[in-house]
Amino acid sequence: MAKLKIRENYHQARWDEPIIYELSTPGERGILVPQPDKEIKDSSEDVLSNLPEHMRRKEKPNLPEISQKHVLAHYLHLSQETLGSNLNNDISQGTCTMKYNPRINETLATLIHHVHPSQDEDTMQGILGIYYKFKHFLKEISGMDKFTLQPGGGSHAVYTAASIMRAYHESRGELDQRDEIITTIFSHPCDAATPATAGFKVITLFSDDETGVPDIEALKEAVSERTAGIFITNPEDTGIYNREIDEIVRIVHEAGGLCFYDQANANGMLGIARAREAGFDMCHFNVHKTFGTPHGCSGPGTGALGVRDHLASFLPIPTVEYDGNKYYLDYDRPESIGKVRGFFGVAPVVLKAYCWVMMLGAEGLREVAEISVLNNNYLQKKVEEIPGVKTWYAEGRRRLEQVRYNWIGLEEETGVGTDDVMRRIGDYGIQHYWTSHHPWVVPEPFTLEPCETYSKTDLDEYAAVLARIADEARKDPEFVKASPHKCASNVVANPEEFNDPDKWAVTWRAYLRKHGKK
Amino acid sequence: MKLGFIVNPIAGMGGKVGLKGTDGKEILEKARQLGAYPESPKKAKKALEILIPFMDEIELITCPGTMGEEEAIELGFTPKVIGEKKATVGPNDTEEAAAEMLDMGIDLLLFAGGDGTARNIYNVVGDKLPVIGIPAGVKIHSAVYANHPRNAGEVALKYLKGELETIREAEVMDIDEEAYRKGQITAKLYGYMNVPYQRQLVQSLKAGRPEQEESAQEAIADRIVSEMEEDVFYIIGSGTSIRPIMDKLELPNTLLGIDIVKNKELVASDVGEKQILDIIRGQKAKIIVTIIGGQGYIFGRGNQQLSGNVIRMVGKDNIRIVATKDKVVSLMGQPILVDTGDDEINKMFNGYARVLISYNEEIMYKVKGF
Amino acid sequence: MDKIVYPYIPNSVPEIKEQMLKELGLDDVEDIYAEIPEHLRFKGKMDLPEPLLSEYELERHVEAILARDKDCKEYLSFLGGGTWQHYVPEVCDTINSRDEFLTAYVGAAYADHGKYQAIFEFASMLGELLDFDVVSTPTYDWGMAAGYAMRMAVRMTGRNEILAPKTMAPERYLCAKNLCKPTIEIKLIDYDEETGLLDLEDLKDKISNKTAAIYFENPSYLGFIETQGEEISKIAHDNDAISIVGVDPSSLGVLAPPSHYGADIACGELQPLGIHMNAGGGLAGFIASRDEEEYVAEYPTQLWGITETTREGEYGFGDVSFERTSYASRENAKDFLGTQTALWGITAGVYLALMGPEGMRELGEGIMQRVSYAQKVLGEIPEIKVPLLSTVGFKEFIVNFDDTGRKVSDINRSLLDYGIFGGKDLSKEFPELGNSALYCITEIHRKADIDRLADALKKVLA
Repeated sequence: MAKLKIRENYHQARWDEPIIYELSTPGERGILVPQPDKEIKDSSEDVLSNLPEHMRRKEKPNLPEISQKHVLAHYLHLSQETLGSNLNNDISQGTCTMKYNPRINETLATLIHHVHPSQDEDTMQGILGIYYKFKHFLKEISGMDKFTLQPGGGSHAVYTAASIMRAYHESRGELDQRDEIITTIFSHPCDAATPATAGFKVITLFSDDETGVPDIEALKEAVSERTAGIFITNPEDTGIYNREIDEIVRIVHEAGGLCFYDQANANGMLGIARAREAGFDMCHFNVHKTFGTPHGCSGPGTGALGVRDHLASFLPIPTVEYDGNKYYLDYDRPESIGKVRGFFGVAPVVLKAYCWVMMLGAEGLREVAEISVLNNNYLQKKVEEIPGVKTWYAEGRRRLEQVRYNWIGLEEETGVGTDDVMRRIGDYGIQHYWTSHHPWVVPEPFTLEPCETYSKTDLDEYAAVLARIADEARKDPEFVKASPHKCASNVVANPEEFNDPDKWAVTWRAYLRKHGKK
Repeated sequence: MKLGFIVNPIAGMGGKVGLKGTDGKEILEKARQLGAYPESPKKAKKALEILIPFMDEIELITCPGTMGEEEAIELGFTPKVIGEKKATVGPNDTEEAAAEMLDMGIDLLLFAGGDGTARNIYNVVGDKLPVIGIPAGVKIHSAVYANHPRNAGEVALKYLKGELETIREAEVMDIDEEAYRKGQITAKLYGYMNVPYQRQLVQSLKAGRPEQEESAQEAIADRIVSEMEEDVFYIIGSGTSIRPIMDKLELPNTLLGIDIVKNKELVASDVGEKQILDIIRGQKAKIIVTIIGGQGYIFGRGNQQLSGNVIRMVGKDNIRIVATKDKVVSLMGQPILVDTGDDEINKMFNGYARVLISYNEEIMYKVKGF
Repeated sequence: MDKIVYPYIPNSVPEIKEQMLKELGLDDVEDIYAEIPEHLRFKGKMDLPEPLLSEYELERHVEAILARDKDCKEYLSFLGGGTWQHYVPEVCDTINSRDEFLTAYVGAAYADHGKYQAIFEFASMLGELLDFDVVSTPTYDWGMAAGYAMRMAVRMTGRNEILAPKTMAPERYLCAKNLCKPTIEIKLIDYDEETGLLDLEDLKDKISNKTAAIYFENPSYLGFIETQGEEISKIAHDNDAISIVGVDPSSLGVLAPPSHYGADIACGELQPLGIHMNAGGGLAGFIASRDEEEYVAEYPTQLWGITETTREGEYGFGDVSFERTSYASRENAKDFLGTQTALWGITAGVYLALMGPEGMRELGEGIMQRVSYAQKVLGEIPEIKVPLLSTVGFKEFIVNFDDTGRKVSDINRSLLDYGIFGGKDLSKEFPELGNSALYCITEIHRKADIDRLADALKKVLA
């Protein structure tokens, strides 16, 4: 058994790294640009003089001038000041499903670096085939009939679902009447935000205080002839599975609405339960969460959106099809909502996800689900043993792949709240944890999702670190509140500057100007 | 930074012995006889304790004895004490202290008490000064109180450090204790005070930018105005979430009372129950209400004019509840309350209702009628 | 076969699994899944291929599939039209494949300090290229950025119409159009078929007090440079509308930035800045503007700002989380955001740091010289018209094949035999331009490459 160790002597790299402009020395070059052949140079007149005077750049852009070694070193330093998921016990970012991102998939993805998406289809049979097969995997996993992989992230896929719902009701001449989307308070915020972007009114069902899920009576009160559909996450971020999910779908269908299943929390469900059996019309997966592709500091990712047959005609163009011989891109889809992203999606992410599934197969995917659920329940037991931690709602019910805990007890006892513990955890080499989406319905929340990537020792270490911090909070609350002490930087001194138009600075030039530097 | 600190040391004494408030000398005596002991100083200390790390930068101004001085000294502060120590403390003492502090130009007033204390402070301070209440009384209907003593301290600390710039108006409400003790509840809205206001400014990656409270109120008002129907009487309740509706309509607003609007014109101001009934009888009418005070009431506190009879005549389907999302969430899952004194009407509300929280957003929320 | 222990699932070791279950007092994980009602359980078996358990098998499998593809290294490519083949400096790949950046997500500013700084620097350098003080964190792509920018303008002005040229990139138009539905209408403005330039008369006809913004692109999708930027912005401003310009930043070493001809908001594509084409997966958008409250308040994306930490002299970063305040148009108030393209933003920053001012100028000038040469060489081929539009362009230009009697798709298929990807077929997107293709030349093209194209075209058309 691997040794359980709290990394007491951890210290993150701290390079005190200058801003890139401060590394600049006039005249230095980071890379030389390939020059046109001599004949080209000689034969072309001064091309810039062909530009109208007012369209010509007058002064060179103020970019830094740095030799290559120093650019590389700068960014290596910055990378070391970033706590990537592959480096740490990243159970913390609950709802984000921080998995191990296999190196081999990165290497294989370089094989499509130089493919242009407008190449002749005959020259892209490989990557188009991978799209097609991966969509087949998702159909099996969800029970949906057709998928698009065009959206560039989870919210983007949910937005695409909202667009499709709009197109569906429009096609039936009911859009003016059906202008309300229902969601729940613990569904992901994008389940409210994207239908709003698509022009719908949003009705949010609050959770029942005891069960942690909305009362079915609230839903019955909410549906009407104005209902366009529901956007719902299950399990929600509380980790509680809503057992009435098929009843919810039935009620919305009866009212004439469509049902979208936000499957950002699908990791514990692979091979266990599917959107189809619960009766949904659409569902999505965050490919960069559930299917093991890297998050890239927040993208590029991929949101896979699946629909049942009656909605297939609305999917964005092009769809990737197979005629028995050849994979091809189908643009001829008159009912399509159009596009949500250029070309046909984030191909390297799709390729990596394909690789990830290929190494697991059906049995392996089920193992992913089972271990993620087991890990979560095991961690929950360890974390709940820490005085000051509680789990809100639905006592006695088991959570699936994540749990929303709270530090209300610790906060009341010591004044050290969830934000303080969150910062202190960084001092033990662990990424800060996810508290909760806004608003905090549960006070002092934190959300952990120990997916299948983490070992028993990881889970034990994590719980031991939380217990240690709770202890510290009792002995020396000010020390915990002043954390982090050993991270790449300290906390900002005056966060209110970010809300002050005279102080905020999104670029270096704005900083120099507003803060009287230079 | 000058911080005023007033403790109503007798607030909360009635609660433990079932007396529903301590307004009035005799009741206080009775409470003492029943074995009540001061709750308020303890709670006030819990709040003030939060300010200890910031002690050197605060000029603490307080009242003698248990009205603040003792609590402050116990925590290691060296307060400046105004006024003279008295054997017994009464409402006048709170008002006198508040007035003196106002003159001294304090930056914030932190006070401990209940609804009666809030009223005393309001009488003197009005909207001239930011205040924050430490909940210590039996009756806490006023929204000027934090939901926990420690939170009051935290808000005060952040405000003094300049980390909280947002101020919102919060209701000062009080119940007629005499009637309350006889089992009748008549809560009245007395006015609004300015309270520094803490909220999560963290931008959610998935939900977009947070919406400002005032902006949400504006959005609510826009929605209400945009859906106003012709020839319908709109009975406009009181509360901060409602006021922007009258502003949008450019109509004078009765801050503490009920106005009636039809075709975007003012029909009547500050109406009582009877007047409302006379105006809407046989006509189509709608009521716009919001959550008033800190406990989640939409009817029965601060708007007695909207009686069971008025609601019956208007019809439940013609009631529009509005509130900002922050306000709804601050109920912590507790239901919205209805207590009109009319059982039949109260019960009618049991279940779920839509609360308009922004231009295009509603929350389906639990309602409980008494 | 024994129970498989998966390398990515440490607790798939049977003894460990058992031990954990035991600690929970459970016999089986099924005891946890009892949370899901029986009738909602999936009873079937997923029809998935047998797994390739070893990494080696996977590698062989994927390599075999992708061996069916050709790419722009193997073939000589003249494709552009939304994603372009530029040289990607090795340092860009080195940095974006570091596990620290590659696998980070939404970590806090003190533990992900480097990520915040890298994105802040990206915004700073792009801001210099654009001469704007505010640059968003990277968004999905140019099309989505354009749509977001239009929605910003709608919120700011309280108006619901956008004017855009008919030459707007069709894919970007479809993205923006969907994002603007159902309340915002994009009206298209005519262009001059000789020059490609926006028809100012039509613009003046269509602009009204309903117009929230005029959007145009530079260089345009069809390659030409919209030289009337100043006039267009003025027409917008005279009507209290906002001027939005979509821009390819690889041109900005030589072209004036949109802010210099009146743009209030710029948006565009980062892929040319050190990001591989990745079969279209390299796209990443941006939005930029002046540093004015009313603009900053309407950004749908995150904005990351710089300040100081509690330690003297240490930079710290965080979200400029200015709350939404303006509600000029409530029905369009809300945007969504989520996981977008941060890693490509970091990469673009590395690229700009390597290139420096001199590099960006040489890049732009060198591309325009090659284009000039290519147009000359291709122009010598009888029966093809090049360039079709008379306005000067940047890295793309239209070749018209009407007089050859052959369809572009035909010609392009023939070019494949010569190992060449011809220019993008425009005949479906712009039928009014006839049988035309959009050719793209960048710094990766040498004289020999251009000559090879000309030779191949001669043979194909012979």
